[in-house]
Order: sequence, then C-alpha cells, then structure tokens
Amino acid sequence: MQVDQRKCVACSNCVPICPMGAIYIDPAMNRATVNEDECVECFACYRGMSKEHLNPTLVRTIRGFLKLLRIRFDPEPDVCPTDALTEQQLTWPRIVRRAFSDPLVPHESTGVHGRGTEEVKTNDVTGRVNEGEAGFTIEFGRPGVGVRFRDIQKMTMALAPLPITFEKKNPVFTLMSDPATGAIREAILNEKVLSAILELKTTLEHTAQVLRVVEEVAPTLDTIVSIGVATRCDAQGDNLLEPLLKHEGYAVYRGKTNLGLGRRPASATA
Amino acid sequence: MTNTLHRFGAPETFQDDYIVFAMAARGINDQDAPPKLQEFLRLALKHHPINVGNALKGGIYRASQNLTPLAHWHRRDAVDPEEVVKSIDACTTAAAVFGRPADLEAFLVDLRKADLGISINISSLTEEARVCCKRARITRHSVGYSLGFHGDLNLLPDRHVLELSTMCGHGMVSHNFAKKMIDLVKEGRRQPKQAATCLARFCTCGVFNPVRAERMLEEARVGK
Repeated sequence: MQVDQRKCVACSNCVPICPMGAIYIDPAMNRATVNEDECVECFACYRGMSKEHLNPTLVRTIRGFLKLLRIRFDPEPDVCPTDALTEQQLTWPRIVRRAFSDPLVPHESTGVHGRGTEEVKTNDVTGRVNEGEAGFTIEFGRPGVGVRFRDIQKMTMALAPLPITFEKKNPVFTLMSDPATGAIREAILNEKVLSAILELKTTLEHTAQVLRVVEEVAPTLDTIVSIGVATRCDAQGDNLLEPLLKHEGYAVYRGKTNLGLGRRPASATA
Repeated sequence: MTNTLHRFGAPETFQDDYIVFAMAARGINDQDAPPKLQEFLRLALKHHPINVGNALKGGIYRASQNLTPLAHWHRRDAVDPEEVVKSIDACTTAAAVFGRPADLEAFLVDLRKADLGISINISSLTEEARVCCKRARITRHSVGYSLGFHGDLNLLPDRHVLELSTMCGHGMVSHNFAKKMIDLVKEGRRQPKQAATCLARFCTCGVFNPVRAERMLEEARVGK
C-alpha cells in the first residue's frame, strides 16, 4: 500500500486504521507514509476507509488556518478526505502478503477467500475430520499482531515429527518446500502477513501431545498463536473432544457448531 | 467461520452474540450455491438480525467510496439488507448475526425446513448452540472449540480493545482504531452507537456485532 503524497493532507485518519501500525505521519514531509516492511497489504485502509474526493490544496489551507487558531476539527474518523491511499503492483514474494492478509482475495491454492480454508465449516460435506479425530487450526498472527513465515516455520518443523497429518487443502501447506520436515519455501520466510492458519489432523489419543508442543513453541515466536480444535460428533450430537480439552485445563466455552445440514449432491456421491 | 472463532471475552459477554453462516464446499456442492445463500439471508431477515453479510461484498455496514463533506454531520448508518442479499452472485460465505437465542432458534427451525443442502454453522457459546439445536430438532454434526490466544501475550492490547477488535477475526478492525473509538467515547466526542457503527464498517464479512460493541464501549466509557 502507498500514500499519494500529492493528495495526502496529513489528517492522520488512516494512522490508527492500519492493523500493523505501519502508517505514520512523516514529520519531514508532513504526509502519511507507509512502512512497507511492516505493511501486510491487507487493504484495511484502502477498502475500509470511506472516501471523499476533496481538493488537497483547499483542505490543507483550511486545516492550516484552523491549526493557526488552535481549533481542532473533529471529522468522521474513518474517512480519507482526498482519496490518497493507492495500491501498488505486487510481485513475488511480496504478493504472498496480500493473499494471506486481504480477506477478499481468494487463495490460488484452495479457491477460498479469507484465510483460504474451509476446515470444519463444511465437514458435513467433506468429511475432513471424523469421530475419534481432532482437527487443529493453528493460527499465527491473530489477533491483529501479524507474523513472518520464519516464525510459522518454527512451529511447522516442531509439529512435523508428531503423529499428525497436515491438511493439504490449506494455503500454508502449499508453501511448504518439504512437508515431511515442515520446512517452508526460503523466498517467503521474511514475508509478513496479518495471519495464517496451519491445519492438521490427529487422533484424540494424540491431541494432548500436539497441544503441548504448540504451547511450548508459541512463547518462542514473535507473534500470538490462536488454537482451534474440532471433531465430529456422534449420532447423539456429543463428542469426546470437549471433556478431553477440559481435562487438559482449557476453558472451552466458545466455538462453532456445524449443524450437519449440508450434503453432497448425488453426482458427487456416486 | 474461523474469523468468528476467537472472539475475546468472558462467557457472560457473549449472551447477545450468535453468528450463523452458510457456505458450500468448493468443488463438491458449490455449483448452485448463490441462490441458496440468498435464501439463507432472506430467511435470516425474518428473525431480526443485527447484521448480515456477504463475505465477498460486505455487510450492511460498509465504507462509502463517494462521501460528500455533509457526511461529517449526517451519514447513512447502514445499507438496505436486501442490497446485501442481491449482492450474492458467486460462491461466498453468507452470515447473519443475532442478539437473542429465541431469534436464533426460530431461524434454525426455518433452516431445517428449508433444507438448503449447504453447510450451516453457528459461532457462539457452544452450550447455547447445543441447546438451540436441540430445540430446533437438529443434531450437531461437528464442533470446533476456541482454545484462545497463546504465546507472548504482552503483544496484545487491553481487554476492552480486544473485545472490540476481535469481532473481526480477519483483523480489519485494528487495535489502534478500537482504542481510538474508546477514547472518543470516553471524551464525549462520540456516542457508543456511533463508534460501534464506525467500527462495523471495517468488517468485510458482516459478522461484526454492533450491539455487543455498543455495550462494550459503554462499559469502557465508565471504566468497568
């Protein structure tokens, strides 16, 4: 993301909008500037802010006059008055940033927007996670912290030797150079994204072991790790995962419930 | 959806927060998904949703590309929900947010009868979802639990900010902007409802709960 210096009036409305804190007013230029190394190309500023199309010279004059009188204008806080935010052409490997950070961009590997994975949300149709299994969604960078792939790799390499299976229909998996070791492609290790989800599956028996490794590695990373675990319920709608998680000391009170109303069309079933 | 899984807050703060969303499985039952997703939202609109959204086009609260300066004094809060319904023209995720279990339950009954054939999920307190499913005569297929945030928690802001910013799990509501809105409310420069609406505009999926946000902002205002 970039700021058109000819248009920017340094109103600073975009400064707090950036989830990574990458936008600041450069005191030398008195214009908003983007720290490109920290920007994750999420487009929160570009798309989230409403836009006016005012004349920059006029706005600067009015702002300067009010400032002289020490009068603070109190505008709508989510508006860019001169439409100064501009997108830039992204190339490899920087393009990875947008793929993982902008929720409106579908991942090429899965065709799914957002973080690019359906996980248990369509489990009633895909059968991805069965009874007696635990499907993990290990998310890095959330909430609003961001993560570089070198930190994700520390976790993938720690998990790879365990009795698990990485989900193949997952954007992080597609960027692994060696799924057997959990290694991720060298070219993107320094790329920063808003968040990325690693998915894996194991048996309920090994669930606690996986959780222990995640808990051990998480504090060594320069980010936050959000853990989700899912399973399929039995015919009565109950499951063995919940008591297991409680036994391991986790407070499990919030989650998502798949109602089982989806189905495969006859052509797909055949 | 995963972007609603890790909302931050104590259990009692989720009593007015029930997100229901519909999606089709890519390459399996997504062929004729758009009209089913539209039907999902039309059914939702019968039960007083707080917000509805199309993950590809936005919710009822959204940014405007062509504001006039008059917007600083008078601004449209939300678009017509029917506009969101009509915007579904591709395979996407449709979502509706409810504030009362009774509305959720009635919606579930309608969904069961409609038999859309696409996946429907509830993101909420899992026990509340279980009870509502039972009353609607639906047996849970799968459950995904949030185990919260782990690692260096010093990287996180305070709880008021987190309660607001995590209502967009895609991270489009930044911690700094949530903090700014709290400060504007505390300073009396914005009402909680105005601040909540402003935050909701950044959520591209329409799953942000402005009613819960308003309550959070009111609590933050008085330092609760």
